[in-house]
Amino acid sequence: MRMDHQLAERWIAPQAHVLDLGCGNGELLAHLQQKLGVTGYGLEIDEDKINEAIGNGLSIVEQDLNDGLARFADNSFDTVVMARALQAVKSPDVLLLDMLRVAREAIITFPNFAHWQNRLHLGLKGMMPVSEALPYEWYNTPNIHLCTFKDFEQLCAQHDIHIVNRFAVSDSDKGHSPLMTALIRQAPNLLADVAIYRVTKKKTK
Amino acid sequence: MNARSDNTSDQSPNSQTHVNSSANTAAGSVGVVTPQKFHFAEPLTLECNRTLPSFDLMVETYGTLNSDKSNAILICHALSGNHHAAGFHSVDDKKAGWWDNMIGPNKAIDTNRFYVVCVNNIGSCFGSTGPTTINPDSISSDDSIDSSDSSANHNSEPQVYGPDFPLITIKDWVKTQAMLSDRLGIDVWHAIVGGSMGGMQALQWSVDYPDRLKRCVVIASTPKLSAQNIAFNEVARQSILSDPDFKDGRYIQAGTYPRRGLILARMVGHITYLTDDAMKAKFGRDLKSGKFMYGYDVEFQVESYLRYQGERFSENFDANTYLLMTKALDYFDPTRDYSSAVAKDTTESAVPLENSIAASVESSKANAQNELEDAVATIEDIESDRQQELSALKAAFAHTQCQYLVVSFTTDWRFAPERSQEIVDALMATGKPVSYINIDAPHGHDSFLFDIPRYMGAVKGFLTAPFITHHRPAIGERS
Repeated sequence: MRMDHQLAERWIAPQAHVLDLGCGNGELLAHLQQKLGVTGYGLEIDEDKINEAIGNGLSIVEQDLNDGLARFADNSFDTVVMARALQAVKSPDVLLLDMLRVAREAIITFPNFAHWQNRLHLGLKGMMPVSEALPYEWYNTPNIHLCTFKDFEQLCAQHDIHIVNRFAVSDSDKGHSPLMTALIRQAPNLLADVAIYRVTKKKTK
Repeated sequence: MNARSDNTSDQSPNSQTHVNSSANTAAGSVGVVTPQKFHFAEPLTLECNRTLPSFDLMVETYGTLNSDKSNAILICHALSGNHHAAGFHSVDDKKAGWWDNMIGPNKAIDTNRFYVVCVNNIGSCFGSTGPTTINPDSISSDDSIDSSDSSANHNSEPQVYGPDFPLITIKDWVKTQAMLSDRLGIDVWHAIVGGSMGGMQALQWSVDYPDRLKRCVVIASTPKLSAQNIAFNEVARQSILSDPDFKDGRYIQAGTYPRRGLILARMVGHITYLTDDAMKAKFGRDLKSGKFMYGYDVEFQVESYLRYQGERFSENFDANTYLLMTKALDYFDPTRDYSSAVAKDTTESAVPLENSIAASVESSKANAQNELEDAVATIEDIESDRQQELSALKAAFAHTQCQYLVVSFTTDWRFAPERSQEIVDALMATGKPVSYINIDAPHGHDSFLFDIPRYMGAVKGFLTAPFITHHRPAIGERS
C-alpha cells in the first residue's frame, strides 16, 4: 500500500467525514471507508477514474480543483486530503487556505523539488529535472507550481498554518532501510522525494 | 444523426431512436413488448385539492422480477413521453421505445439483471387517465366531484375530461407511481431513474418516500424551474391558448383541433432542447431551394425542420395534455413541504429581493455611483437567494436515504449543469451519498437521450455498485 495511504489511515479518526481532492479512482476513500468507516466525497476530473469510482459505490463529484471549494461550507469536514495535486493547481496558497476553511485538518502530499536528484539534474545538466516522481518535460508538465519542503513550510508559517506531523519518504528507497530513514530524518529536503504533511489552523488568540 | 431525426428530450412518441429496427428480437433489445393497463378504483386526491374518482395507468415492464422483489427499477418519463421506453410493439415495428439505447440486455439498465418498469403518467394522452379520457362526471351527475367542472355535464353523451381535467403535479405522479409499486408488490425500488422531467420525479420520490428506493438517478434535471424556463413554457401555452381552434379546451366536442398552436408550442420547446452549435452543424444557413425566395414560406432548412417536428408532434399529442405537463413542470418544487423549516431564511432574504427590484427602477435615473452600488446590492441579493435555495433543498433532502447519481450535460441550457450542481451541493451539505458527472456532449438538453459511452458507463456502474450503507449527516455548521 502507498505510504501516504498508510499515514492517512493513521491520522484520520474513525467515522470521520472526509473530502478527498483529486481522489482518482477513489482507492484511498474506499480503503478509509472499509478500515475506518469514514464518510465523504472525492473530487476528480478524470472521466475514466470517476466512472471506476462510481462503479465501486463511492461518492465522487466531478469538479476541477482550480474552481476552489466555495461550494462547501466552513467546517463541513473533519479532514480534507490532497495527494500529489498541490503542485498542479493554479493557486496552491488559496486552495490550502480553503482546505483549512472547509475542514479542521488537512493531509497533503507533494513531490519535493529540492530532492538531490533534481538538484543534480538542474545543477549539472542545466536542464529541468525529469524523474520517476516528475516524469514530464517542462513544456507538458501539469506540475506548474513545484515547490520544496522548505517552500511549503514557509508558506504555512506565513499563513499561521500549524504543521502537526510531517513524514518525508524516498520513493526510490522501496525497502525503507533503517539507514536511509535515519539519513532522511537528518536532511529531508535533500534526500526525500515525497512528503506527507498533516496541517491545521493555528488557534487564534 | 440524420437531419430528420427527432430524438428530442421530451420523447415524442414517434421519435426515431438509434436502434436498428431489424434488431427487434435480436440481442441488445428487449424485443416485442405489450403494454398493460392497471386500473385503480380508489379515489385519488391531488395536490390541487381535487379528486379523481378512479384512474388507469399504462405500464410496460422489461426483464424479470426476482423472488425477493429487490431488482426493480422504475423509469420516469419526460414532458411528452410515455410508458414505451424500450423494445418494439410488433415484429414489424420500425421504431423502438424512447430510451431503448439505455434499457435492454447488457445495456446500462440491464434487463438481464433488472426488472424495469415504465409508467405513462396521468394527465398524459397515451392510455393513462388524462384529458382525452371520459370524465365519469359526464356519465353520472350524482357523484359529482367538483361542481365547477360540470359545465359540460348537461349533455347526455359521455364527454372527455378535456380542460376539466385537474392540474397535476410531479408529487401527484410520484404518488400514483407509489400506488403502482404497491400493486406490483415492490416495497423498495433498486433504483428510480429519470431524465429532465423524469429526473424531477426521481428526486421527488427520494423526498416523499425515502425508504422505498435505494438509488436515485437524476439526469439533465433541475431542483425547480427558473423564471426563464417558465417563460418558455408560457410562450408554448399561449401558442395553444390563443389558437382559435382551441375552443377553451373543448376542441374535441367542437370538432376542431388547435393544431397550429400545438405546432408553435412544439417549435419553441424544440429550440430549447438543442444548441446553437448543434443547429449550426445540422442546418447552418442552408436554403431549401438554394436561393432567397423573398417570401414567408419555408426557406431555411432549420425552418423546414422545426415545422416538420411541430407537425409530426401535433398529430400524436393532445393540446390539453401539453398545457397540463408544462404547468406540472412550472409547479415542481421538492422543497414545498419543507418551507416551514426555512421560513426564517425566506423572510430574511425576501426583503433585499424587494429592495433590489425597487433599486433597479431607481438606477435608471441615478448616476454611475448609484448604479455601481445597486450592482453590488444585486450581487449580494443573488448570493442571498442562492443560500436561501440551498437551505430549502437541504431541508427537503435531510431525511432522504438513497444514494444519488446526478448527471448533467455541458451544452444543456434548458436545465444547465449549474442547476444539477445545486442538487449536488444541497445533498453534500446534508452529508448524503451523491456522485455527479457533467458529460461533455454537443446535443444540449437532448443529450440525455443519446448513447454516450461515458454517460451509459456511469449509469451502469452506479446501478450495479455495492451499496454503501453507513452514511451520516455532515458535521457542517458546527460553529
